[in-house]
Amino acid sequence: MHASLPDVDSLIAQLAAAIAPTLTPDTAIVGIHTGGVWVAERLHGLLQRPQPMGTLDISFYRDDFSRIGLHPQVKPSNLPFDVEGRDLLLVDDVLHTGRTVRAAMNELFDYGRPASIRLAVLVDRGGHELPIRPDFAGLVLAVPPHQNINLSRLDDGHLTLSLA
Amino acid sequence: MNVQLTPDGRLRHLLTLDGLPRAILTQILDTAESFMDVGEREVKKVPLLRGKSIFNLFFEPSTRTRTTFEIAAKRLSADVVNLNIATSSQTKGEAILDTVDNLAAMHADMFVVRHSQSGAAHFIARHVAPHISVVNAGDGRHAHPTQGLLDMFTIRRYKGAFHNLTVAIVGDVLHSRVARSQIHALTTLGVPEVRVIGPKTLLPTGVEQMGVKVFHDMEAGLAGCDVVIMLRLQNERMKGALLPSSQEYFKFFGLTPEKLALAKPDAIVMHPGPMNRGVEIASEVADGPQSVILPQVTYGIAVRMAVMAMLAGGTTA
Repeated sequence: MHASLPDVDSLIAQLAAAIAPTLTPDTAIVGIHTGGVWVAERLHGLLQRPQPMGTLDISFYRDDFSRIGLHPQVKPSNLPFDVEGRDLLLVDDVLHTGRTVRAAMNELFDYGRPASIRLAVLVDRGGHELPIRPDFAGLVLAVPPHQNINLSRLDDGHLTLSLA
Repeated sequence: MNVQLTPDGRLRHLLTLDGLPRAILTQILDTAESFMDVGEREVKKVPLLRGKSIFNLFFEPSTRTRTTFEIAAKRLSADVVNLNIATSSQTKGEAILDTVDNLAAMHADMFVVRHSQSGAAHFIARHVAPHISVVNAGDGRHAHPTQGLLDMFTIRRYKGAFHNLTVAIVGDVLHSRVARSQIHALTTLGVPEVRVIGPKTLLPTGVEQMGVKVFHDMEAGLAGCDVVIMLRLQNERMKGALLPSSQEYFKFFGLTPEKLALAKPDAIVMHPGPMNRGVEIASEVADGPQSVILPQVTYGIAVRMAVMAMLAGGTTA
């Protein structure tokens, strides 16, 4: 199963190529912790953005908080630019139900009113539960509900996808 | 069994720092760090506790603690009701548990309790329904865990770590719930040397058993300290013949620039408030460059947000 998954670096290169012509001078990239930040870092490098990259931890915005509680390792969100009036490219590793993206958008709006938000994901695995679709997807793959597709980072920084 | 923890080791109530594992203390401090940024944003609120009702039950007056709990709850989007019970039903003779039952019937999700009797918050925690959490906001001489935590947060922010510090707590340790919570937190977090400094009449007998070194004079006690925590001297102690006068106390145990110079040059000065200027601390020190007394108040909001967020989540599982 693992062998059939494409190489992450080439998926990110394709994503960058698709995104590049759509960027405005002040578009900022925002990665969602943790896998989305890894992908966003790569895109930020490939696209040579002048702005620093932003990161979001959506733990304080999750819709399952009252059921499962606070994630034990919350990381600070960091948006080192003014969100108000800015074009944003939101980046996550895997789009599944869409609930993480919804939470991320809610959080972004608490920093200001962005001019636009577009969504780039490494993998759109299906199983959407909300009307949220990616503007850019490296890979569209229908993963059965009982399976998970995960992005992991090796010690040398190498990113790999795996099905479990 | 620790009433503060769920069977799977999560925080259920916050009543005392005594017996809480280091991992939980560290998780609270880390979560508070994430909440610090929320205070800097356009919208200073997160939706975590939307729809939850938090009751501040203050059986004893407080301004700073009650206000920072209220701000923290509001930044988590909870609904907050403040009750100053000294001026309410208790004066009509209503028992404390009747008050709590009535508020629970109004669909309370959390009680923040301040009471002059040690053990009041524990008493309420043992009584409430499983979905209700209790936070101790100070009980008698026993504990003030959120103050202890915000002090640890302050120390970590300025000093970076705990394992290489010498921390002195100065003053009326005997009557201080703040000091007790600080000592438990400092030792749990691995501070190698915790000192208490004060006159014999204001240090509890056997305080050494809490893992602290005892000093009765400031010169020896402050030497080489990284952190100096001053405690409030309550005026009523003068009347109880524990001390001759506030002038005498200031002469021996008041923190002046000269005495502070004995600590390390980069030592920070903390105080839980409210301060008695000219009794336990000189104004030049309280307002001086080494004082972190006002940042402590700001950090108190983030720390109380972290505690309430950790308590309120996962309760319907």
